[in-house]
Amino acid sequence: MIAVLPFLGAVFAAVMIRAGRNASALAAGATTLTALLLLAIAAPTVLNGGVDRLQVDWLPQLGLNVTLMLDGLGLLFAGLILGIGLLIITYARFYLAARDPMGQFFAYLLLFQGAMLGIVLSDNILLLLIFWELTSLSSFLLIGYWKHLPEGRQGARMALAITGAGGLAMIGGMLILGNIVGSYDLSVILQNRDLIQASPYYLPALILILLGCFTKSAQFPFHFWLPHAMAAPTPVSAYLHSATMVKAGIFLMARMWPVLSGTEAWFLIVTTAGLITMLIGAKVALFKDDLKALLAYSTVSHLGLITMLLGIGTKAAATVAVFHIINHATFKAALFMTAGIVDHEAHTRDIRRLGGLRRLMPVTFVIALITSLSMAGLPPFNGFLSKELMLEQTAITPYFGSVWLLGLLATLGAVLSVAYSFRLLVHVFGGPVRDDYPHMPHDPGPGLWLSPALLACLVVVIGVVPMTSAAWIVDAAASAVTGGVVNAKITHWHGIEAPALWMSVIAVGGGLMLLGLYPRLAALWAAAPRPEGKRMFDALVRAAAALARFVTDRLHDGSLPRAVTFAVLTIVGLAVLAFSGATHGPGLRAPTPVPGVVLAGFVLIVAAIVIVVARHRQRFVSLIFVGVIGLMISAGFAWMSAPDLALTQLTVEVVTVLLMLLALNFLPAVTPQESSLPRKLRDGVIALVAGIGAAVLTATIMLRDAAYPVISAFHLAQSKPGAGGTNAVNTIIVDFRGYDTYGEIIVLGIAALIIFALVEALLSDNGVIARLAAGRAASARAGDRHPMMLVVTTRLLLPVAIMVGVFIFLRGHNLPGGGFVAGLVVAIAFLMQYLASGFAWTTRQQRVDYHAVIGAGVMIAGLSGIGAWAFGLPFLTSGFEYVNIWPLEEFELATAAIFDLGVFLTVLGAVLLALASFSRLSVRAGTRVNTQAFDIDPSENRAL
Amino acid sequence: MEYLIAATIGLLTAAGIYLLLRLRSFPVIVGLSLLSYAVNVFIFAAGRLAINSPPIISSAAAGYTDPLPQALVLTAIVISFGMTAVILIMALGAYLGSGDDRINLQGPEGADIAPAATADRGA
Repeated sequence: MIAVLPFLGAVFAAVMIRAGRNASALAAGATTLTALLLLAIAAPTVLNGGVDRLQVDWLPQLGLNVTLMLDGLGLLFAGLILGIGLLIITYARFYLAARDPMGQFFAYLLLFQGAMLGIVLSDNILLLLIFWELTSLSSFLLIGYWKHLPEGRQGARMALAITGAGGLAMIGGMLILGNIVGSYDLSVILQNRDLIQASPYYLPALILILLGCFTKSAQFPFHFWLPHAMAAPTPVSAYLHSATMVKAGIFLMARMWPVLSGTEAWFLIVTTAGLITMLIGAKVALFKDDLKALLAYSTVSHLGLITMLLGIGTKAAATVAVFHIINHATFKAALFMTAGIVDHEAHTRDIRRLGGLRRLMPVTFVIALITSLSMAGLPPFNGFLSKELMLEQTAITPYFGSVWLLGLLATLGAVLSVAYSFRLLVHVFGGPVRDDYPHMPHDPGPGLWLSPALLACLVVVIGVVPMTSAAWIVDAAASAVTGGVVNAKITHWHGIEAPALWMSVIAVGGGLMLLGLYPRLAALWAAAPRPEGKRMFDALVRAAAALARFVTDRLHDGSLPRAVTFAVLTIVGLAVLAFSGATHGPGLRAPTPVPGVVLAGFVLIVAAIVIVVARHRQRFVSLIFVGVIGLMISAGFAWMSAPDLALTQLTVEVVTVLLMLLALNFLPAVTPQESSLPRKLRDGVIALVAGIGAAVLTATIMLRDAAYPVISAFHLAQSKPGAGGTNAVNTIIVDFRGYDTYGEIIVLGIAALIIFALVEALLSDNGVIARLAAGRAASARAGDRHPMMLVVTTRLLLPVAIMVGVFIFLRGHNLPGGGFVAGLVVAIAFLMQYLASGFAWTTRQQRVDYHAVIGAGVMIAGLSGIGAWAFGLPFLTSGFEYVNIWPLEEFELATAAIFDLGVFLTVLGAVLLALASFSRLSVRAGTRVNTQAFDIDPSENRAL
Repeated sequence: MEYLIAATIGLLTAAGIYLLLRLRSFPVIVGLSLLSYAVNVFIFAAGRLAINSPPIISSAAAGYTDPLPQALVLTAIVISFGMTAVILIMALGAYLGSGDDRINLQGPEGADIAPAATADRGA
């Protein structure tokens, strides 16, 4: 429930923006608060060591179930996500400018919040992966929120590319993990440490999962995306890039800690990556002039620190990591918000242009003072506690055979951390008040400073009384991480002999010294060459794009024959490969004898095909023979026990040829001779190879029995008792596979609408209209365009044809026929009217819009399916009843018939709309339009 | 008779592909129609051959042919009509819009674009 709330809230917030910005923010805040309260209700169970669990089966065959669980680690993260989320929503309400679309912002933010909660609460790793990808997507939307800024778009793209690629790697890793254990449930996986670590696939799985974690949490060498993501609005940076999203990788490492950690590989990879990230991040942070960039790199550095602690692999180190997650989230989110306030008020966040703000913005200064001292690791703030503990851990962990190496490097990181924290304080808030700020800064209203102030209070409270304020949640979370009971002891004073104390002292002293030397160091830094992550990334992207373009251009250079050639040859090649590589039984079916009439039909169709190809440049001739082929095929269907197919093929043939004739009306009548003889030969060889392949394949299939029992035995057996019809083909279409048919009629309707839309577009183009008119003038016409005999006959035929259509429709369930054929028959009857009396006259008689017919058809079919819901049955379950109405014979009434009616209407509407659209072209071409049924008025016996 | 059907399908495929490889839009559309005939008959043929045993349930029937491929082909026939119609209007639009019914992308002089010249298209 907690995980679902933000998603609902996202919709809610997006809708509420219509009621104003406050309403939208309120909606977002209220959902978050509700979720937080629900979490608080569930908290006592979890703190007592219990686990809240909720399971809904989704795709149990795939091991994919919606399983959510709430344990100590989940509680900690969910609390962070919702608590800081609430503060951020408040802050964002006052931070965003009036012209920013706020509803969108809150919708994205809540979407992200929901995805994050999903990650920390899911108990199924497949579900976790889905949420994982969802955070990448929603953070893409949030980073690129200011769409007008190119940095925003680039940063968003880079973040998506890197975290997305990591996500892909992680999917692989997780699947391997699930395969080793045989279950995708986290709780099962977590109990199988020995099995996983003994598996030969442990290392690949570990590397793939770590790739996902490192990219998400911006660990070296993937750290460079995070600073570029700072183009996002500050609330996003504060939320995603300090407290939540970047912690997702950390979360997962903590989640998987019981099964993955403790091995040499884990220790080396994770600790080293964390250590390097910590040092590089801290070093770069010191030299950044952009306030947010400084914070971004310091975040990278702190994430490295946590990663390193998790990498060490001892319970104590993991506990410290959990503690530092809390501390970092509090002070870094507050710092980001402070940076946002400075940016908001002074209109710049360039440190070189700031200074002296402590007098101008006292409230902001106090918040920044507390939080950056905490970041520097000074007492009595919470950052001090976790840094002391961290240093203590590194001092006792051997690294590359030496006990003091890790401690030394960690101290170096701490030195840098002190230096950049003080730089932020001194260079932004210290110094004299300047008179050249882009905008005169002053403290903002409480809307902006309230959220960071609350966090700053937390920083102090945790810092002063850690055992009462934070130890309980650290215990719960650390117990969940390590799988044992943890009772953390967090104290300020570890004794004068404790190495951590002296490391801290060195850190503060060294940090202050670095700050003193800053101008000289900065000059050195500016002169030194350094690899730029973004440049390398851009080069990589460009190279990939160039490669893709190269391949695409070789395969597809704008020439259709070339593309078709590649496709045909590939298909034939793969088919030959598959055919020769597989085993198949001998042809046991005896060939069916060939009667004379079939042979005659075969000769006819072969002749027709040969003529179509040989005379393809005379378009009209080839079209006529296409009709012959279609007729022969429908005769073939009738012969081979497929009456339904014969009927359909026959009617479709009529409308297709009509349509092609209409189109040919506008196209050139002959195809010019363009292909050279070698080209024709080449094409002929390609075509022959494919044709021989198709023939051999068909003969092979037809002379063998099916390898497995055919499923249609079920359809035949159930046609009458299950679907109430004796025509098995029709019952399959409207009943057994009704969902397919439903999709197909929708496709047909869409195709007709596309044709209509394209004609609309063509008719709004003046060049097209001019060309149409020119084409018409050139061609000669028959004198009598609407012969009376044709008109009278078609009028007489119309009711008869409609009756035939109705008859075919009604008997369709039991005998050959049905909605498809009936729709085509009735459509042809109407088309005859167009043919006989012209477009204008027929359109004038038309009372119902074809669009409406299509819509009604799809709707009726859909409703007949939904009707099953009323009886508690799945979509498109059909029912039937036998009824007796005098004087008719007993007949059955099936809901499938209603569905078939929908099919009938859609087919009718689609065919007519398609052909009528084509006719509209000719009307616009300037043809004389008749409004009478005849060209000749029979009453006066003279031409009109 | 199986061989005749196989030969018909093979011939339809070959004719369809040969026409697909032509340079003007109308033969390509005709080729596509032939190819859809071939595919429809092929799917139908996968149900094996049966004479005088339509899939209409009755106590007098000695046996039934496989109804499933028939149901699939029936909808496929109707859908291929929709597809042909859409491609036709696209061809028509291209012809009316450019005064030319060539299939390939055209260079400024009306000649087919050489592969090298397309390299900058995406840039």
